[in-house]
Amino acid sequence: MAHYDLATPITEAQARQLRVNDTVTLNGTLFGIRDATQIHMFDRGRKTRFDLRGHAVIHTAPNVRKVEKSAAHPAGYAPICIGTTTSDRMERYTRPLMEQYGVRLVIGKGGLREDSLKAFSDLGGAYLAIIGGTAALETTWIEAIEDVDLDDLNPESLWKFRIRGFGPLLVAMDSQGGSLYTEVRDAAKARRAEALRRLGVR
Amino acid sequence: MKVDLAQVEEAAKELYIRALKQLPPDVKQGFDALAGRETDAGAKRMLATMMRNITVAEQTDNLLCQDTGIPIYNVWIGRGVEVDGLRLKEAIRKGCERATREHPLRSSVVHPITRVNEHTSCGRGVPVINVDFSERDTLEIEMVPKGSGSENNSWLRMAVPAEGVDAVKTFVVDCVLEAGGKTCPPTIVGVGVGGTADLCIHLAKLAATRPLGTQCADAEGAKLERALSEAVNLLGVGPQGLGGDSTSFAVHVETAATHITMNPVAVNMQCHSARRARAIFRAGALEYGY
Repeated sequence: MAHYDLATPITEAQARQLRVNDTVTLNGTLFGIRDATQIHMFDRGRKTRFDLRGHAVIHTAPNVRKVEKSAAHPAGYAPICIGTTTSDRMERYTRPLMEQYGVRLVIGKGGLREDSLKAFSDLGGAYLAIIGGTAALETTWIEAIEDVDLDDLNPESLWKFRIRGFGPLLVAMDSQGGSLYTEVRDAAKARRAEALRRLGVR
Repeated sequence: MKVDLAQVEEAAKELYIRALKQLPPDVKQGFDALAGRETDAGAKRMLATMMRNITVAEQTDNLLCQDTGIPIYNVWIGRGVEVDGLRLKEAIRKGCERATREHPLRSSVVHPITRVNEHTSCGRGVPVINVDFSERDTLEIEMVPKGSGSENNSWLRMAVPAEGVDAVKTFVVDCVLEAGGKTCPPTIVGVGVGGTADLCIHLAKLAATRPLGTQCADAEGAKLERALSEAVNLLGVGPQGLGGDSTSFAVHVETAATHITMNPVAVNMQCHSARRARAIFRAGALEYGY
């Protein structure tokens, strides 16, 4: 169980060295994406002007305040509360994010499934678990909203955040086929019979 | 008591913001109880981070979670309360819109077909406003911002009488397994037993949003919820679905009579950010709580 302080963007080798149960703290740039962002990027043919190669994306749609553009708020948005949403709904976009845009790390909560795990293995990437519902804390790791694209989808725009000390995040799916979610789910299924027996289910 | 509708509008705004920022004391106590019992080191760390987030939200006057949810207002009109029902609903809706615009909050509400977001947290039939009556001399409004991570894990099964209560027990265990980490555990598992299909789901929602430490008023329901609370925490799903003893704060059950041919069971979950706020209007006074 190693800890890594990574500055984004990262290389394929950096992504591939991560193993489940390692922890990661990120610095630099982080991109925020959500359901509508990816529906438009991958199902409706829209493109982003952002270069996502080697970067981390987080499943989010933040609470923001519209402000005058300034050095502190270059995109004209001040962050209010930035958290994380359930990743599972966006399972089918992991591979295109990696193949078409070169994304290396996906941050979310609740985990992704087998196709994403395969994509991490084939292309070199990992899933970093953040603790869902802890957005007040997460917001303190965000320095600024640097830029925004596809903003007609607001709040599900493609957000570019500047981050400092973003973490620790838990490597929950890695490029070696490891998934803590699969491990826990299989173990929980094995305990189902005992739970039902205690409930007196015949 | 004659209700001041301007005050209702203000309270509807205030309630939404308060609910998003301050977790009720029973939920904080629920965290203490889980943390005290948890045996998995990783799960203990996660619970500690969740508890730290509650403190950070209070210290920075920020939202606990980014998900502003679907706004739900539960209204109880007491005896001797004089109010125009339609105007009351309008005032609540206006307060909800104002909270969204003036704080500002992320509007999480879209049209179900066009997916257009009006940026008001309102739309057709939203906010959800449930009106009921009470014995008291008060007007009470409870606000629940219902997060989607937990709401997306909602199920209804129209079991048959021959399957008995075993169908209910098995269904609840299987829903908790199916939900895994998607609901942001530790959760409050709300279970509806009986009624019609729609009433059964409504009961599950009432159960999921009931304060921790309260019991089902039906003794049979109370017995069932105690047994289920113990059983689901044997599964080891744990906080965030990453393993541990703390899968749920509690399973809550609400019951209603049902048809001789029916045996419906519904599950609706509440995430660990089990947010709610309450306003009580008395003659000449307005009090906020949970």
